[in-house]
Amino acid sequence: MSATTVDDADERMAPTSRLTTVLRRPEVGSAVATVLVFVFFAVYTEQFLSDAGVGTWLNSSSRIGIVAVAVALLMIGGEFDLSTGTMVGTTGLMVGVLTTHYGVNIFVAAAVALLVALAIGALNGILVMRTGLPSFIVTLGTFFVLQGVNVALTKAIIGQVAVQGMKQVPYYDTIQPIFGGTFTVIGAAMNASVLWWIGVTAVATWILLRTRAGNWIFAVGGAQSSARQTGVPVTATKVGLFMGTAGAAWLVGMTTLFKTSTVNGATGVGDEFIFIICAVVGGCLMTGGFGSAIGAALGALIFGMTQQGIVYARWDSDWLYAFLGVMLLGAVLVNNWVKARAEAA
Amino acid sequence: MTTEDRAAAPDVSATEHDGAVLTGTPAAGSPDLPPPGEPIIEVKEIGKSYGSVIALRDVTTSVRAGEVTCVLGDNGAGKSTLIKILAGVHEHTSGKFVVDGISRNMNSPRAALALGIATVFQDLAVVSLMPVWRNFFLGSELTKGVSVLKRLDVNAMKRITKSEMAAMGIDLRDVDQPIGTLSGGERQCVAIARAVYFGARVLILDEPTAALGVRQSGVVLAYIAKARDRGLGVVFITHNPHHAYPVGDRFVLLRRGRSMGEFVKADMSLDELVTMMAGGEELDELTRDLERPGRPAASTSTARRDESES
Repeated sequence: MSATTVDDADERMAPTSRLTTVLRRPEVGSAVATVLVFVFFAVYTEQFLSDAGVGTWLNSSSRIGIVAVAVALLMIGGEFDLSTGTMVGTTGLMVGVLTTHYGVNIFVAAAVALLVALAIGALNGILVMRTGLPSFIVTLGTFFVLQGVNVALTKAIIGQVAVQGMKQVPYYDTIQPIFGGTFTVIGAAMNASVLWWIGVTAVATWILLRTRAGNWIFAVGGAQSSARQTGVPVTATKVGLFMGTAGAAWLVGMTTLFKTSTVNGATGVGDEFIFIICAVVGGCLMTGGFGSAIGAALGALIFGMTQQGIVYARWDSDWLYAFLGVMLLGAVLVNNWVKARAEAA
Repeated sequence: MTTEDRAAAPDVSATEHDGAVLTGTPAAGSPDLPPPGEPIIEVKEIGKSYGSVIALRDVTTSVRAGEVTCVLGDNGAGKSTLIKILAGVHEHTSGKFVVDGISRNMNSPRAALALGIATVFQDLAVVSLMPVWRNFFLGSELTKGVSVLKRLDVNAMKRITKSEMAAMGIDLRDVDQPIGTLSGGERQCVAIARAVYFGARVLILDEPTAALGVRQSGVVLAYIAKARDRGLGVVFITHNPHHAYPVGDRFVLLRRGRSMGEFVKADMSLDELVTMMAGGEELDELTRDLERPGRPAASTSTARRDESES
């Protein structure tokens, strides 16, 4: 029995070794994998470490990473969101259609798209909390609704599935650098989305580890009834998390729109699973209550490096999916092992 | 433990705790506890019916500062109904529920908490993957800074968790370990220490020893005694008279939704309590039924003595 008297307190401090403390962090597995993938492609291909190469894989990591981090928070809170991928398309299309077809001010259009995204996120959350249905099913529904609306409504309004003529919209050049601009770091050209990615990861980590809301996120995902009993606002926390993933999807919708100056009805479809894979590779448990924002960002980095690395290695790019599947299974096994150790008496 | 033993025992916990209060910043402040022996809660012929089903009737007892009121009964005797009334989960439908001399109707656990009545349910309301200190302050986290820089005061929470646990006699090696890695008894202790820290005057413990082994149960009983010695009124729900008798000051026996009366310790021996719990004649009958044919019958008193030694 580990209960002893107060007097001999500090001689028992030793047992928690540094190694245990490090292994307890959820992002350890993804950090190791990041290093392995990086070293492999850096050695195996020539372009990987070139200026253009670094810029390319950071850019593709960032597009995935922004939403993956928000999805990680949601998964720590014990829920899924499958509507995030299509939401990227929805928000981009909304701004495109509102500005090019209806002549709405571009800033207003971006704000409206954000509000609509947050409202749909809140709807997801409220539906899940009110009905008690699994979020997997509820957001699968939202996913298909949005996928249908994206294409059908866009076609009905502008007569085609892709937005065109964004560059002619007034103030396009003002807003473009914020979301789609490029900057150069030691020769590597990067998109603004890389900065957004770093910013979102930093804010999410701060929220998760250093605010009351973070404590609540872990609690609602780890044991919802316990959280409720101790006075944690369970519904508000979860609805907030769904709004977070929707908001992150809006951000990626904007970076996509203003980088390429177009979006189409298929933008983002299929990415929802990539986000979840990145979060799981980053240490999130499928059952909630455990995970890390930095881990999810590393998961996205692994994705981006592999996606581009496979191209540089001149392999068939379809190997990417096989690799992602293996990473996912490996991560789930590692996470389960960590969880068993953390929970064992 | 007798009253003399209690008084004679060196009270390390009290001084430790006072130190903690001086250095720490208790969010809820120290509750103003009435002098020992003063009733905090009195229930008079209280009862609860759900539609036409009478789950509980005619229970009269009191919870006093610095005393332990034990609620005993078999499964389905009405123990959970009684604690749900006390905890504010369900409102009573008959009788009187008096707190601090004022008759009340409580319809939410929050209302009960506001009166300093805290309940530790069997699931303990802990999140097993979260560190001990995060669990301790869950829902009532300490913060510092303002506006966007408002952040958890991690160091203070860790320090207070450690000192509050020490005050309960548990030395936590590492408040950062997930609470799931603690033993069942230690988890109980965290839940109790948390309720005490956040200003509980009355602590309701729902079968805290039910899932524990003999030694762990002993640890929890010691915490109950500690909480009592700090001046709290404790309601201890159990179906085990051997756990109830050593710490209890008064005993409420429930059977089939009815109170069989309230007894003070001085008026009752452990043997009598066990017999009443098991239901005297029923136990005699059971002993006869379980006898092996062809062997001399063991008397119930022997059976009882065996049980009390286990």
